[in-house]
Amino acid sequence: MSISLKFYLARPDFTLNVDLDISSQGVTALFGDSGCGKTTLLRTIAGLEPCPDGFLRIEDTIWQDNTHFVPTDKRALGYVFQEASLFEHLNVLKNIRYGYSRVPEKERSIALEQAIELLDIEPLLYRKTSQLSGGERQRVAIARALASSPEILLMDEPLSALDLKRKREIMPFLESMHDSLSIPVIYVSHAAGEIARLADHLVLMEQGKNIASGALDTMLTRLDLPLAHGDKAAALIHARVAEHDPDFAVTYLDFYGGRFTVAHKELPINHPVRLQVIARDVSITLEHQTGTSILNIFPAKVDSISPEEKAQVMVRLLINNVPILSRITRKSASILDLKPGKNVYAQVKSVALLL
Amino acid sequence: MVSRMLSEQDISALIITLKLAGISTLILLIIGTPVAWWLSQTKNRFKFFFEAIIALPLVLPPTVLGFYLLIALGPNGPIGGLMQWLGGQPLAFTFTGLIIGSVFYSMPFVIQPLQSAFNSIGKRPLEAAATLRAGPLDRFFSVTVPLAQSGFLTAIVLGFAHTIGEFGVVLMIGGNIPGQTQVLSIAIYDHVEALEYSKAHWLSGGLLVLSFLMLLSVYALNRRFSALIRN
Repeated sequence: MSISLKFYLARPDFTLNVDLDISSQGVTALFGDSGCGKTTLLRTIAGLEPCPDGFLRIEDTIWQDNTHFVPTDKRALGYVFQEASLFEHLNVLKNIRYGYSRVPEKERSIALEQAIELLDIEPLLYRKTSQLSGGERQRVAIARALASSPEILLMDEPLSALDLKRKREIMPFLESMHDSLSIPVIYVSHAAGEIARLADHLVLMEQGKNIASGALDTMLTRLDLPLAHGDKAAALIHARVAEHDPDFAVTYLDFYGGRFTVAHKELPINHPVRLQVIARDVSITLEHQTGTSILNIFPAKVDSISPEEKAQVMVRLLINNVPILSRITRKSASILDLKPGKNVYAQVKSVALLL
Repeated sequence: MVSRMLSEQDISALIITLKLAGISTLILLIIGTPVAWWLSQTKNRFKFFFEAIIALPLVLPPTVLGFYLLIALGPNGPIGGLMQWLGGQPLAFTFTGLIIGSVFYSMPFVIQPLQSAFNSIGKRPLEAAATLRAGPLDRFFSVTVPLAQSGFLTAIVLGFAHTIGEFGVVLMIGGNIPGQTQVLSIAIYDHVEALEYSKAHWLSGGLLVLSFLMLLSVYALNRRFSALIRN
């Protein structure tokens, strides 16, 4: 099942030209610089931005084509705006009930209590919206959207108006939502950090066009895309907690390419985790180094090499088909005589656990 | 006691005035709400033209408005003529005529506060309501009306108070018939003309206090509304 959309919208200062198929599983991030049309695309999907020249199908339901346009209020969607946009004249509970009570009983898939519990709203229920902090407002807005039993959840940079502390406060709720609900989510963001933690798929946008899309881990390491370049370029690796070693206070994480050793994390065995490996923390050797303090060393194969600035190159390595990036000097690459297909060892100096 | 201060005629003028203001305000709300809503939402490039027409009674001498209404409502005017053709009476010098006059005269006092209240709500709450399955009419009553509460209150009180205070229009089309079209402001004028200053005092003082109390309640309630939303 999938979401299929095609929009063409010409404005004096901007053209939206998008043709996309999105998986209806998990979180799809729309990523790009501000002004690239992410928000406009999201509003068009919601029917808030009229786009006469468009096509939109969510699973089996056509929301827009040449002859039909389903108005926003007839679309089973949830929308979380950048600012919470709560109804100021209603308290928290009535805000959450607003959408809930307008969905026919037979079509409800999320109970009111479930939405309240998932975002931990219970203690706030009888507050006025003006008595909430920024983070609380956004949680209420998300609960309100979920309580309307949406078939798709659209989120427009829900964290961007919040400071770092509030972001950290909300992130776990978004992550638990990701784990416990099966609603497809389209998440607009220009913050790579949020996307690395939340998204499963990525649509890269530039000047109103979708220039590439695919699974997040693949997209992050594609050397033909801007994401895999620069100082912050990083690969994402899906792993599971394999075992804990209390003697050394370390945890072992298994992924398709091998086993990572990281400082102890209080997580149950088999718990899925996301690992972020920053390209500049990965070095390359031709032989397996033994006398080294680095624990995470993997046999790898050079997949491709792309120049960075004058002195640097970005090397895409495959560890048993799992891609990671290594940012090294052009001189090192020349000394090691790196070429696609060459077998090497990747030394990972540090790795960040995202989940 | 009351009868010594106010004659029977004064009391009937008071009742007619309140009835006139009440009915006119109600009609203005019914007509004015959709018009104000349209003005707040439309991107029509002739919007300014409609706004100017609605604001006309603010600057026009009431006698001018009254004069044209008298002609329109009279037996030879388009509206009066139509009424006669339908088998009714021309509307000049009737209570119905007064209501029509008041509606025109107080129009801007109802439409302008509503329009600015609708404007200040902005698009976002309505968009949020649409994504929560509320249809257009549902959105209007569940979001716009409660958020424009203070605008409605201002519109009601200003419309009502302004109608109570009208003089020129009423004089032109009402004809000052006691018990039918004589309103307070004209009764006061009559008393002064007849040098009955104490009666004029009672009516004027009463009107002053009433108007002040109405405005006081608007400002006090508006303060409470905005405080409600802020806290």
